[in-house]
Amino acid sequence: MKDILIIGAGPAGLTAAIYALRSGKSVLLLEAKQYGGQIVNTPDIENYPGLAHVSGYEFAENLYQQAKSFGAELVFETAAAIEDRGDHKVVRTTLDHTYEGRAVILATGAKNRPMGLEREEELIGRGISYCATCDGMFFRKKDVAVFGGGNTALEDALFLSNYCNKVYLIHRRDQFRGSDADLKKLTGRENVEFVLNCNVTKLLGEPRLSAIEVTDKLTGEIRTIEVAGLFVAIGQIPDNAAFSNVAALDEKGYIASGEDCLTKTPGIFYAVVCRT
Amino acid sequence: MSVITATAENFEQEVLRSDVPVLVDFWASWCGPCRMLSPVVEEIAAQADGFKVAKVNVDEESDLAEQYGILSIPCLIVFKDGKEARRSVGVIPADAVLSLVKNA
Ligand SMILES: Cc1cc2nc3c(=O)[nH]c(=O)nc-3n(C[C@H](O)[C@H](O)[C@H](O)COP(=O)(O)OP(=O)(O)OC[C@H]3O[C@@H](n4cnc5c(N)ncnc54)[C@H](O)[C@@H]3O)c2cc1C
Repeated sequence: MKDILIIGAGPAGLTAAIYALRSGKSVLLLEAKQYGGQIVNTPDIENYPGLAHVSGYEFAENLYQQAKSFGAELVFETAAAIEDRGDHKVVRTTLDHTYEGRAVILATGAKNRPMGLEREEELIGRGISYCATCDGMFFRKKDVAVFGGGNTALEDALFLSNYCNKVYLIHRRDQFRGSDADLKKLTGRENVEFVLNCNVTKLLGEPRLSAIEVTDKLTGEIRTIEVAGLFVAIGQIPDNAAFSNVAALDEKGYIASGEDCLTKTPGIFYAVVCRT
Repeated sequence: MSVITATAENFEQEVLRSDVPVLVDFWASWCGPCRMLSPVVEEIAAQADGFKVAKVNVDEESDLAEQYGILSIPCLIVFKDGKEARRSVGVIPADAVLSLVKNA
């Protein structure tokens, strides 16, 4: 039995681990994919006080090593259920292993929001990507599209416009949530075309993506755009349904919790880097 | 077994003509998720039984990356009898990598 089980080894989970270990608790982290969570995808973190530039990978690796140096243990398994037994909790994973802890910290963050289109899953790695800085180079001199209107979408479009022949920026509104500075830069790029008030509604191409269909939300008009790549940046969604028996969820699916990090179950807490 | 560095020169010999399945990790140094997956792949190589493990640096071997239609990394491909048998994109845990090889 551990003092604390932490579900999710992103920045929030690893930070919680460091503090728990330093106050003398034993800690086991469960991580479904990669420690570091979403931050691993960013090539350059510019807003961490005291560290002017650091890559997401380096940051995650340092955070993990720091937690490990204090005695953190980590298993790569996905938590599928939590059972509250009062003075201790039992976490069951998708491999059907169980882990026991006196307390549980949920630090499950969020994952990329899929578009919900047919063949989307099958085309990931065959033209659909969620990481422009990872995959941009494979589309050098080709035509690509970015779908989204936040900071990630604008940054992706800027990055891709350096290498690609043409970048279509597809956004479901006509206003962007992303930074004005990036928007201004994009407007000045000759190889960037804004496709506004449109949703991506169909994926074409076999076995690789070769075109997308976009539908104008106002007119209903459908346009087919030939692209070799589609970079999806339409935000993140949480995935906490498995824990709704022990922690109430808000309308977006995040765990409903205040600054005190409490959930409705004593001994089960919520840690998060960024509250929405 | 250690990880084989696959190149355009040795790919046919090491991968396509191999008697056993070969797990090939297409990666690049600037790709954060690739660097997360590397230690997983190396650990699997150290314990590999009945298969081999190779890595292709897509920067140095862009022809190989193009030939196998790599459009996202990290990308794991299992080659069996000279043909692609399985493919997986993104970081996956060790047991998922192993089952990729076992089910090839
Ligand atoms: C492209 C990009 C660039 C960014 N750049 C910056 C930046 O420059 N500066 C900045 O401050 N922020 C940046 N962010 C935001 C930052 O990455 C997030 O705020 C941060 O990662 C959130 O941390 P977290 O630990 O709360 O959640 P996450 O990072 O989402 O980590 C949650 C972890 O939990 C795991 N998990 C989920 N469910 C389970 C389960 N059931 N069982 C086991 N494990 C589970 C996940 O696999 C994941 O590893 C960026 C994000 C992206 C996508």
